[in-house]
Amino acid sequence: MSPYDVVVLGAGPAGMAAGLQAYRLGAKVLIIEREDKPGGILKQCIHDGFGLKKFNEKLTGPEYAGRYIKMIEENEVPIIVSTFVTDVSKNENGFKLSLVNSKKGLFEIYAKSLILANGCRERTSKQIFIHGSRPAGVYTAGTAQYLVNILGYLPCKKCVILGSGDIGLIMARRLTLEGAKIEGVYEAKSTPSGLSRNLSQCLDDYNIPIYLSHTITKIIGTDRVEAVEIAKVDKKMKPISGTEMIVECDSVILSVGLIPENEIAESLEIELDIATKGPFVDQNFMTLEDGVFSCGNALHVNDLVDYVSESGEYAGENALNYLEGLNGKKERKLIPINYEKDKFLYVVPQFIDINSDNNKAVFYVRSRDIRNNARIQIIGNSKLIYDKKYSFIKPPEMERIEMDLCDIKDLDAIEVIMK
Amino acid sequence: MSNLSDKIQKKLNKKVSENIICREWRSSIILEGKVDTWEKVYLAGKIAADTRYKGVVNKLEVDGLIIPKIKSPLFKDDYFTDKEVDVLIIGGGIIGSSIARELSKWNVSVLLVDKEEDLAMHASSRNDGMIHPGLAPKPGTKKAYYNVKGNEMYTKITQELDVEFKRVGSRIVFYNKYMRLITPIIKARARRNGVKGVKYLNFKELRKQEPNISKDITGAVIMPSAGILSPYKMTIAFAENAVMNGVEIVFNTIVLFMEKKNDKIISVSTNRGKICPKVVINAAGVFADEIAAMANDQFFTIHPRKGEAVLVDKKKGSLLNSILSNPALFKIKSTSKGGGLVKTIEGNILIGPNAYEQPFKENFTTNKNNIDEVLKKHLPLISKLSSLDVITYFAGIRAATYKEDFIIEKSEHIKNLVHVAGIQSPGLASAPAIAKDVEKMAIEILSEVNDIKKKDNWNPIRKGMPKLSSMKHEKRNELIKRRPDYGEIICRCEEVSKGEIIDAINSLVPAMSIDAIKRRTRAGMGRCQSGFCMPLVAKILQEESGISMENITKKGIGSEIVIDETKKCKIEGREKHESL
Repeated sequence: MSPYDVVVLGAGPAGMAAGLQAYRLGAKVLIIEREDKPGGILKQCIHDGFGLKKFNEKLTGPEYAGRYIKMIEENEVPIIVSTFVTDVSKNENGFKLSLVNSKKGLFEIYAKSLILANGCRERTSKQIFIHGSRPAGVYTAGTAQYLVNILGYLPCKKCVILGSGDIGLIMARRLTLEGAKIEGVYEAKSTPSGLSRNLSQCLDDYNIPIYLSHTITKIIGTDRVEAVEIAKVDKKMKPISGTEMIVECDSVILSVGLIPENEIAESLEIELDIATKGPFVDQNFMTLEDGVFSCGNALHVNDLVDYVSESGEYAGENALNYLEGLNGKKERKLIPINYEKDKFLYVVPQFIDINSDNNKAVFYVRSRDIRNNARIQIIGNSKLIYDKKYSFIKPPEMERIEMDLCDIKDLDAIEVIMK
Repeated sequence: MSNLSDKIQKKLNKKVSENIICREWRSSIILEGKVDTWEKVYLAGKIAADTRYKGVVNKLEVDGLIIPKIKSPLFKDDYFTDKEVDVLIIGGGIIGSSIARELSKWNVSVLLVDKEEDLAMHASSRNDGMIHPGLAPKPGTKKAYYNVKGNEMYTKITQELDVEFKRVGSRIVFYNKYMRLITPIIKARARRNGVKGVKYLNFKELRKQEPNISKDITGAVIMPSAGILSPYKMTIAFAENAVMNGVEIVFNTIVLFMEKKNDKIISVSTNRGKICPKVVINAAGVFADEIAAMANDQFFTIHPRKGEAVLVDKKKGSLLNSILSNPALFKIKSTSKGGGLVKTIEGNILIGPNAYEQPFKENFTTNKNNIDEVLKKHLPLISKLSSLDVITYFAGIRAATYKEDFIIEKSEHIKNLVHVAGIQSPGLASAPAIAKDVEKMAIEILSEVNDIKKKDNWNPIRKGMPKLSSMKHEKRNELIKRRPDYGEIICRCEEVSKGEIIDAINSLVPAMSIDAIKRRTRAGMGRCQSGFCMPLVAKILQEESGISMENITKKGIGSEIVIDETKKCKIEGREKHESL
């Protein structure tokens, strides 16, 4: 079987956008999805607020996914669902993928380039080292969301939410609407993790209290959760002894962070950035492995789905550019993008390929702290090439910076700074 | 009062507390009174054990400490109505299950009951899965005898029962060249216990076997007979083979009371009705002392010794190939182990366990300080291992007696009772050998009244459920063609298919909860810890078993995963918003 030009792993908002774009530009594409329907996590996000940037509309998750599913169908972009990638390996012409599904069993396909759009998973109670017992009723927010929105079951009557990530806030509202009582949202950090709009629309509007600098120190209950022990934490997020209190509840919902899923990238020995937990990429969204691209939440955890789709589109387009340039292509010359580690959580991409014809670069930047009147500047070859003032900047909200690199000749150093 | 108990009481009064009273009962010693800490309860028990008494019954209480009653099934029914059986086994751990299999060879009726909703819910699923070589037990003890014998038997048994088993060998590591001097002591002990193949490895040799081992290690002693397997899968395999051969297993059944007549148990009352057995086998783990007390034959007390262990993501599994033990320096006694790193049969790295005394028999909570300590102690053995790779941790309780040895014997006072108690580490390794001897004891008792024969058609071969992800390409395809469910992946982290989950639900000892399915298939054991697959597994369980979603549990009644359908839920004191 002749190889595909582009194989996209994952049919969430990133993967669908990537596959669609590459297909529209003429590539032989295949999108592979492990679940039975495309759409990724959007399928269960029935709240609205998706697509403001992309479609200038406030859509629900399934609606947003529906727009892309429709485009995939109309364009007849090849996609297979309920299909799981068991192994990916390199070969002389690109990549060999082993897949399994119930119709074809175990089978192999070949790809000249790969786009990793695997999304992310939720951090669990054990990954943040919560102790105590292991009863039923401890769920990540996404699992609770699946139970409520997809299966139609209420997982709790009286719950405590740990972490103020967006899904946690959304679930606080969702569970309240379904009749559960939310005892409170507890956040170990001194500032909330979710978007401002979610804090106001999901908590304030429903009188759900949020307790900052608090964490769960122990889960209590043998069969089902009976209570949690909560304590205040110090600046290093260590529990302060003597501040423990018991809060009765039948469930703990965790919204304590997302981890990009990069097990396939790791199996290909693609280097990951510890700051994003996604692969290092250049402005073309190509990882440090030639021909392998990364986008969406597998690359870094985005705040808005619009950016997820955008990165997918770029990855799709650039995968094609990569293939077209395969013969007689110049080797990449990667210049690292430096940034102030004490001021930024991360900057994506992490490299600029100065041998690339693509001079357009989109930067996704997250500040480490909340700042008023901050300036983000980008300096190339000691020359100021980007300068913007922000009246307010904070970690939950990502900043997107688009810029043209063709002004600078022979770029050999680039830095992102904040003032 | 005899001289001996008098002497012990004086010693205890002097060393532990004035309030302790000792008395002799049959050939054991009973401690009574109140002390102010659990440490004192334990210490008194240890001091009393250091004598020629058969056992220590430690009834000391701690002022103000409430020990919760045994956790019981939350319902009653009349499943058994004076049910007559030849053998009643109390306890469905590795011991009860392996005994059930041995007894299934005979033309006798065997009933195994457990108070939990599945097999291996206590110590048998809460350990490191190591088949110990037999060095740790003190020479001459039952532990040493059964450990070495049981270890040998696993080669054949795991073949018969289709359970994955690898003799990877364990290595006691040394941190400096002086520690090498204890090698002859280790070798001498190995000889006495019958552990074969023990030898010293220098750093270079060790490094060849374990390329990622820390450079701080100078060498090791290897015990090649040590192996690894999944302790719960082993327990399930024993039980399934027993069921194939006619044994009945009933869960959610707690023994409440025993009726005796002429030094014989004539009936056993449970929450599910009365059972009339000819022989009773006490394999009740941490509760074996309480079962013995019901038969008026309590000559030992179980003091729960807890352990906590950590599991690391499979993707770091390649950092370790076998078992590395930190030496329990200058204390090669049987009470506590040094712990270490174990490459589990499924490819994770297990770190720990630790060991500490505490009063609760079913407190499986983990504690931050303990887990941190376990990590601090053992992580440095492998240079690239980090706490960032931890995916979960758990606790287990060892069923230790004060004498610290296994109790495997016919009761001296009750004619139809066999005690298999105090089975702590190396209980898993010893189980096959223990089961053989218990089989003999039970058959002897039964032979006194009946003529007992072996079955002609006993089948020792049990086929495990297929594990698709580790199959060869052709075989996997062939199975998927026959049953397409094998091609639908439900657990993405562990690559478990829908077909395998259905197999677990319909197996000989059916998996009826999320955790029961997890133990059999590994669905939910990966890095996302069931975040993605739990609702899908619940849905499959609902479809296959007919249990409604509201009644699907994590681990038995009381641990339901949802409350009700969203549109049906009414919560007291709150009106649901009608707008949505």
